Amino acid sequence: MTTDQDFPISESTLEGPAAFLDVRDLRVHFQTDDGLVKSVDGINFKLERGQTLGIVGESGSGKSVTSLSLMGLHKRANKRGRGGAIMSGEIWLDGQELVHADQAELRELRGEKVAMVFQDPLSSLHPYYKVGDQIAEAYRVHHKVSKAQARKRAIEMLDRVGIPQPSSRVDDYPHQFSGGMRQRAMIAMALVCDPKLLIADEPTTALDVTVQAQILDLMRDLQQEFNSALIIITHDLGVVAELADDIMVMYAGKAVEYGSAKTVFTEPEHPYTWGLLGSMPRLDRPVLERLLPIPGTPPSLINVPSGCPFHPRCAFAARNHGRSESEVPQLRPVDSRHLVACHMPSADRKQIFNEEIRPHL
Amino acid sequence: MFAYIVRRLFQAALVIIVVSIITFIISYVMPQWFGENLAATYAGKSQTPATIAAIGEKLGFNKPLVVQYWDYFSGIFAGRTFGNGSVALSCPAPCFGYSYITNQLVWPKLIADFPVTLSLAIGAAVLWLFFGVLGGVIAALNKGRLADRSIIVVALAGISMPVNFTALVVALLVQYQFHFINQIQYVPFTQDPWNWALNIFWPCAVLAFISAAAYTRITRSTMLDTLNEDYVRTARSKGLPERIVVGKHAMRAIYTPIITMFGLDFGYLLGGAVVTEEIFGFHGIGFDAVDAIGRQDIPVVMGVTLMASFFIVAANLIVDLLYGVLDPRVRLG
Repeated sequence: MTTDQDFPISESTLEGPAAFLDVRDLRVHFQTDDGLVKSVDGINFKLERGQTLGIVGESGSGKSVTSLSLMGLHKRANKRGRGGAIMSGEIWLDGQELVHADQAELRELRGEKVAMVFQDPLSSLHPYYKVGDQIAEAYRVHHKVSKAQARKRAIEMLDRVGIPQPSSRVDDYPHQFSGGMRQRAMIAMALVCDPKLLIADEPTTALDVTVQAQILDLMRDLQQEFNSALIIITHDLGVVAELADDIMVMYAGKAVEYGSAKTVFTEPEHPYTWGLLGSMPRLDRPVLERLLPIPGTPPSLINVPSGCPFHPRCAFAARNHGRSESEVPQLRPVDSRHLVACHMPSADRKQIFNEEIRPHL
Repeated sequence: MFAYIVRRLFQAALVIIVVSIITFIISYVMPQWFGENLAATYAGKSQTPATIAAIGEKLGFNKPLVVQYWDYFSGIFAGRTFGNGSVALSCPAPCFGYSYITNQLVWPKLIADFPVTLSLAIGAAVLWLFFGVLGGVIAALNKGRLADRSIIVVALAGISMPVNFTALVVALLVQYQFHFINQIQYVPFTQDPWNWALNIFWPCAVLAFISAAAYTRITRSTMLDTLNEDYVRTARSKGLPERIVVGKHAMRAIYTPIITMFGLDFGYLLGGAVVTEEIFGFHGIGFDAVDAIGRQDIPVVMGVTLMASFFIVAANLIVDLLYGVLDPRVRLG
């Protein structure tokens, strides 16, 4: 049985886009010597401008591969399916389809319509070029302006993201910036062409805790100012709790729960989401109990467990009389804005969460 | 920065002095420890005690060793005079000694032959840098494909074949098989630039073939590492064309290892490409050195050694200073 998911897209696939960003049944596989790695295996989501989607999951759940697909940054496999990504599905961005677009079209798009903030700003900025030159370069790729104009634009952007004395810091090298300033500079570089979609891949992971909140505030402000769509990819539920409108929880290349941020935090129905919430330290509660870690490790994406990929780690799999081991659960709506991929009946899930999980969170 | 340069210059001078002491000991002192009379050796077969004494007197072999060394060392900066009276021979600074065998001062001979070595070094360097780096970049961009594998095979051949083999093969093919040139010989650049280039090309190609292989390998491996760097992905994410991503952002990062290697290789080559010069009959300073060793012409051997060590020390110094220019993260001091 294939793993087609029926929401959030309607049945009418292969029609035009239904939202500003409309991802349909996206699959990204890599052929390796050990076998086929199904990094992303059929995900769907929609996003409008001004909205924020949080993609949450452990390492290796396919979050970053998804984001690189949106940027068109995957090296494509050759005809024999080797040496890169084998992609299928559709990505509609502002009326343009990206999965089947050629490299030149994607290049035009990158930086201009879609921009990305990466995880580690120190390694993501070129160590040998000045920060200002790197920002100005991003601007000049898509705008026919003089070097002086691009430099002026770079200074404006540095100022906008809160770098003090931008007109002198523009000539600094990345190593002369602090970690938080580097990430601000990365954000300035991403926003220099007013992209309509901004993807932030773990934007605060490499930063100091005190700086994280500042960067998140900055991203929220800038998103409102530029009215762009924002995708935040993270394993830190705290980050998406602050920023996201919707949350997609990914496991083994598939979406296992999708809903508004409020729903996912207050009424989660997937055991994996429970596990993520249980592993989050809470400082607003007395330290009485241990955290509730998810046992085991994320599965290999080459030999994905049969049936529900989460079943080897799931405490509730036994309740489904073997279905979890044999049948892949579909992402099904609980209500109009909330989807869960689990074999347990929704009523049971609500009961388990309220009686067994919530008291320990 | 300035203090750093001064300190490095001082260190460089120290290294050269130590080299000069060691060469002096090997060339002049050790033979005397083993009971050899240098004056007698210099005098040759038709010697009389009077000639030997005269030579010993003229070249200073009768003085204490420390004084001999000092005479030699100070002569480099101040010049010196061999003998006195009517047979006196003035050797202006920089004086690297006097070859009794050829009746020539060492320095003017080295300077006269140096352009040959310099031409070889520059020609070879241009060829190996261009083809080595280009080959490495092409190999890295086509990793695992036919182009990559062919380049690796050629590079491996270059590293594996000794220069005395390739030089002889090239000399044979060019002169006797295909008759491109009947007799490869050095033509001064100032005399006939076209024939200079035509003749110098072959020995340069031989030298370059060996070095280019090393450059291809280092360029390929650094390029492969660099292409996986986050900042290259950032460059792509800006929408830069691949030509600029590779040619500017990735290339910028591989300069440092290449320049490090280049400085040392070039400095080394300036000290004379002994085998190549010998096989093609180019009278550069490497040729002079071999020639002098065969005739036990110690002052010439010492002169070449000091010159070669000077170039290597200078190349090291320049490379270190360049780091500060190339990598903004490096602070000299």
